[in-house]
Amino acid sequence: MTAVHNSGRTDAHGTETGVSAPAGAGLPELCRRAGGATVRGVVRGARAVRWYMSELMGDGAYDVYVAHQRRTHPDAEPLTERQFWRQKMDDQDRNPGARCC
Amino acid sequence: MTAPSPTLPPVAVADDDHSREARWTPLKIAIWVAIALLGGVAWVMLALVRGETVNAIWFVFAAVCTYLIGYRFYSKVIERYITRPDDRRATPAEVRSDGKDYVPTDRRVLYGHHFAAIAGAGPLVGPVLAAQMGYLPGTIWIIIGVVLAGAVQDYTVLFFSMRRGGRTIGQMARQELGKIGGTAAIIASLLIMLIIVAILALVVVNALGESPWGVFSVAMTIPIALFMGVYLRYLRPGKVTEVSLIGFVLLMFAIIGGGWVAGTEWGQAIFHLDRTAIAIGIIIYGFIAAVLPVWLLLAPRDYLSTFMKIGVIVMLAGAIVIVMPEISVPAVTIFGENGLGPVFAGPMFPFLFVTIACGALSGFHALIASGTTPKLVEKERQTRFIGYGGMLMESFVAIMALVAAISIDQGIYFAMNAPAAATGGTVEGAVAFVNSLGLTGSPLTPDMLTGTAANVGEESIVSRTGGAPTLALGLAHIMQQALGGQALMAFWYHFAIMFEALFILTAVDAGTRVARFMLQDSIGAWFPKFRDVSWRPGVWICTAIMVAGWGTILILGVTDPLGGINTFFPLFGIANQLLAAIALAVVMAIVAKRGRSYVKWLWIVAAPLAFTAVVTITASLYKIFSPVPAIGYWANHFKYRAALDAGDDTLGTPEVIGAVMRNTAVQGTLSIVFVTLAIVVILAAVIVTIRAIRAGGGENTEDEAVASRRFAPAGFLPTRAERALEKEWEPILADERRETARRGH
Repeated sequence: MTAVHNSGRTDAHGTETGVSAPAGAGLPELCRRAGGATVRGVVRGARAVRWYMSELMGDGAYDVYVAHQRRTHPDAEPLTERQFWRQKMDDQDRNPGARCC
Repeated sequence: MTAPSPTLPPVAVADDDHSREARWTPLKIAIWVAIALLGGVAWVMLALVRGETVNAIWFVFAAVCTYLIGYRFYSKVIERYITRPDDRRATPAEVRSDGKDYVPTDRRVLYGHHFAAIAGAGPLVGPVLAAQMGYLPGTIWIIIGVVLAGAVQDYTVLFFSMRRGGRTIGQMARQELGKIGGTAAIIASLLIMLIIVAILALVVVNALGESPWGVFSVAMTIPIALFMGVYLRYLRPGKVTEVSLIGFVLLMFAIIGGGWVAGTEWGQAIFHLDRTAIAIGIIIYGFIAAVLPVWLLLAPRDYLSTFMKIGVIVMLAGAIVIVMPEISVPAVTIFGENGLGPVFAGPMFPFLFVTIACGALSGFHALIASGTTPKLVEKERQTRFIGYGGMLMESFVAIMALVAAISIDQGIYFAMNAPAAATGGTVEGAVAFVNSLGLTGSPLTPDMLTGTAANVGEESIVSRTGGAPTLALGLAHIMQQALGGQALMAFWYHFAIMFEALFILTAVDAGTRVARFMLQDSIGAWFPKFRDVSWRPGVWICTAIMVAGWGTILILGVTDPLGGINTFFPLFGIANQLLAAIALAVVMAIVAKRGRSYVKWLWIVAAPLAFTAVVTITASLYKIFSPVPAIGYWANHFKYRAALDAGDDTLGTPEVIGAVMRNTAVQGTLSIVFVTLAIVVILAAVIVTIRAIRAGGGENTEDEAVASRRFAPAGFLPTRAERALEKEWEPILADERRETARRGH
């Protein structure tokens, strides 16, 4: 058996943006690169926020389920997205979770 | 435990690496000295320097620095001596992984989930009411209490529930404390659920009474949630963020539209409702919402509420840091000294602790920390970040609520929070009453009350008790300085009211469902048919019983001639803190059973347990036995009874006297029931603990250990050793992803 993990998970921190100016680059070039780094930093930050919000809200729940099914029951056909969410809601109907005061 | 797979990289950071990283370097020492110094200066500014005003930024520094120190040092002591996690051991999420309930979840995402589940209206309301004693007592307890008690409870309950496959606190109580202790714990949780739902509903009723704007915009959340439910079910299943964004935009229109509707004649005619009418509306709503399927109303509103919660907290924190309001409330007011304030009565010890409740220590969290969250934890060592760290964030929310409440004028604060019995509900009455309190600072004028009411788009702000309107005014006051100015004041006020009502309505719905579920389970012992949750008559009967339970208390609170919040809120706090005592008692028994090496450190759990037990039992005894009518429920009961017998009508008409006698009898009886149940549970736990200490340990009720086959860092940011391990795992994870994708085609 191989490692068990949630392969439905994606990571926003997968890319590397180590920006270093090589020796000999002129000042305008350095400024342009610094600007590029800022833009890239903002894009990366925005992507991280988007990843976090969608994970937090549970957008990826179906992907996680499908990945799990394929790993553990490769022969069975997984539920469709619609069926999956229906079942999830029915489970919550049967077993409600508390919210805090 | 089976041996770890030899072909996989390590699943835990080696002990050598741990001790190497724990070593102190000059840089680390400098950073922690700086944090300690900044925190120390902030505390000195709050506690010792007595100027005319104090800047709100010091609250933020004192809180954040103390949390950092508590997290870095104290939670590690707990980890080392009490929980002792082992990353070589698989969590329930890994062992039972089913892709649905048991899913190993990214620690940062789970932190957000857990926080969204524990944070509700409690930490927003309690500190606002506690502000009547001045800012300092509340601030100290919210910050110190969370480090030494609240976060300890959340962390340990989460950890021990995780070691037991996500068992609930009730199940753990039955298993660890035996039949009597366990049954008492379950009855106590059921009653506590009812009282909490009732008091939260009372807070909403008080915020919406005679406020057409508020009623309209909060009522609109129902069609918005229904729309979101249908959208997710039939149009685009699984697009949760998308539908939440749509819902959020609609919500903003509902708030803006509310201002317009409240200005029209028909709007006034339909949405101008008195508090009794709103209470009846909420009771009917509570019943319908709890029997409707989850997908239609509860789930979508829950998404909306999570979305708003995170957003508003980030926004408010940002606004406080930008605006840096000056606080003119004294550190300790006269009511902190004499314990006879109009917002709630009783001496600082124990009533301050009972009133703040959730922001420092919340028993309700034990229900969340056992059950859902432990089934999603990826690695054992992450429980410190999620459990302890999550509660620190909740405490920070409480501090912000306190800052918002004390940023408004003291006179306005008391005019809003004194019961109508004291102010007569009129501007003149409120001004006369507040100016007779002997407050420091300039006296309250009628213009201040009418001007503020006009600014927030309300008819009146006099005796708007319950904490929510005060917090809304504070938030509006701070937000308008950061964004939009005076013109947006009414918008921010109703935004805040909506935000709180959203939490509370979700809590009412979910609380009714959970209580009904518990009741069905209990009745099922005699009539097995009731255990079948798809048998509709059983669902309806049990829902009706539970709604009748909290609905009765709500109606009593709304019609209470003495005010309602001021007399009922202590019950809410006592109930919550008793649940905390029960949870800590269960944890203490578990730790003692772990063996001799734990006994020396048992105080980490026993000290907060002893404190909260003393606080709540003392508070209950005050409420039952105090001869002062303002404090003791029975003393008040007999005072009114004597007046009735003597035919004395200075206290009110016979109807008013009857209502007070009925309410005090209910409140007094509930106090007796709560304190009895709690004493039974605590005694059971103490007996079990002493037995375990004598025997050098006890039965181990943890699930069998299974070797872990995955790795993830423990804290928010990975350490150097963790990053190295993550690199080693990367190719294996990539293979796994490819494999899964291939099988899909």
